[in-house]
Amino acid sequence: MLLDTAGGRTAPVDCEAEVRANTRLSTDYHVLTLDAPDVAARTQPGQFVMVKPGRGLDPLLRRPFSVFQILRDAAGTPTGVSILGKIVGKGTGLLYALEPGERLACLGPLGRPFTPPPADRPVWFVAGGVGLAPFATLAEACLSRGLRPTLFYGARRAGDLHYAEWFANLGVDVRAATEDGSAGAHGYVTAPLGQALATAGAEAGPSIYVCGPTPMMRAVAELAGRHGHDVEVSLEQTMGCGMGGCYSCVVPVVQAGRPPHFVRSCLAGPTFRGSALAWEGLSH
Amino acid sequence: MTPDLAVRIGSLALKNPLIAASGCFGYGVEYGATIDLATLGAICVKGLFLAEREGHAPPRIVETPAGMLNAIGLQGVGVHRFVKETLPELRALGAVVMVNVCGSTIEEYAEVSRILSDAEGVAAIELNISCPNIKEGGIQFGCSLPAAHEVIAAVRKATPLPLIPKLTPNVTDVASFARAAEEAGADAVSLVNTFLAMAIDIETRKPKLTNGMGGLSGPAIRPIAVRMVYECAQAVKIPIVGMGGIATAEDALEFLIAGATAVQVGTANFVDPFIWPKLLDGITAYLARHRVARVADLVGTVQTKGKPAPQPSCNVSS
Repeated sequence: MLLDTAGGRTAPVDCEAEVRANTRLSTDYHVLTLDAPDVAARTQPGQFVMVKPGRGLDPLLRRPFSVFQILRDAAGTPTGVSILGKIVGKGTGLLYALEPGERLACLGPLGRPFTPPPADRPVWFVAGGVGLAPFATLAEACLSRGLRPTLFYGARRAGDLHYAEWFANLGVDVRAATEDGSAGAHGYVTAPLGQALATAGAEAGPSIYVCGPTPMMRAVAELAGRHGHDVEVSLEQTMGCGMGGCYSCVVPVVQAGRPPHFVRSCLAGPTFRGSALAWEGLSH
Repeated sequence: MTPDLAVRIGSLALKNPLIAASGCFGYGVEYGATIDLATLGAICVKGLFLAEREGHAPPRIVETPAGMLNAIGLQGVGVHRFVKETLPELRALGAVVMVNVCGSTIEEYAEVSRILSDAEGVAAIELNISCPNIKEGGIQFGCSLPAAHEVIAAVRKATPLPLIPKLTPNVTDVASFARAAEEAGADAVSLVNTFLAMAIDIETRKPKLTNGMGGLSGPAIRPIAVRMVYECAQAVKIPIVGMGGIATAEDALEFLIAGATAVQVGTANFVDPFIWPKLLDGITAYLARHRVARVADLVGTVQTKGKPAPQPSCNVSS
């Protein structure tokens, strides 16, 4: 059964992180850069932080975010993390409005990192919207091992393909898809992914990592499954604490011969094998 | 001189009055690598039935101003797995363990309590007769005086451990339930559990929680919880474990002064898992500043002389 315990976990750190930059990419997307050397030094690809928008009681809780970039000084020492944010409500609106010099509580790293890809297979990332976030650190980890990932990147329009160039400059093979056809393939990200799957050799199947809206992740998991490949997804659930204390972030996992079982996404995830999830029971 | 933080809840001696609230601290082991569990007065682990439970489908929480609603549905590993897998780890971590006990029937409450009494390392039982989120058990016992008395008396016979029924605020006169608990042999009462509440998405016109309704916790409920702790402290001689929206040392002190011997902290631990030493430092500094030698001396010292004694607004008992 899937691990849903705190066993072997190292303690996260909490800090009053200073905002170094808050880059607005559009009217709702932004990249928030935080001075958080202790969090940065511990973070592995796929892990997340809990940040508190605002100092008051409304909103009350922290919000989970995948660590986007790990920032380093000239000597390569980690100095901070960035998060890729999108306004969806009051808390994320407060984060969008933050100015450099302000501080906010940042707890992390939390959660189970991505499984490192084996060296003898292609590495594919499939991202939709802010689902791009966990792939920056994973791309760097792959490239440092001599693995050149391919990023299948879907967005509504060309202007929403944030950081596509950043990934390309890093050495990632970027294959875009836009719903309006203004850049890359016309349609969903599953279109270029499906073509690649059709031409990939079955014996050296790719390691596929997916992050984006739940219906997109499910579609990708099913598409890959039809070609005989499992995927690893990074889920974004509503979380109360990120520590395993509240049992609010649960996701259903399949159990042989029994109904699905709820496990805490903050401990057992946020990364999961696509085949482990009971997708029909996953809230959007 | 360093103030003495020790308190007693019946036969249970705690090194300080801070307890991690049930349902807000997992089974405790989740926090074992983050904080030293032995520095807390006690931890109260998540509610346990005899068997495993899956709980409600998500979304299980929603934020509201200065608070949150939850409808977890008492997902849990069941008492057997807890005793076998979790309790040894909690013992090794040096935690003082209170267990929140649930049941669908009186027999189940008694049986879970018996099993915990036979296990090594359980310091007290908190009897959950107040969960607002499940149909069977829980609040059906907590909203009826005869039923509350009956289940507490039955569990009293089943366990020699300190027995602390957890009361619901979703009644007209909570003090009458504290009295019923005292008469039935409880060593203390804890209160308040969450307030039954609801939040609706106006775009879809659907409840924001899958369960429809949930329990409101957080600073939003604190003044009501303080009032209820005060009322119960006036009504019974047994100690009271107070809770409801405590987020600072000042909040904890308010409950102690209202009449709580110890306090539980729940929702605030979600926001800051490192809150415990901050609360202890704040309480210690207050006691030193006010030259109070023992935190126990502060309990129930609210000054109401010269003013009409506060009364419940409505005294109708069920």
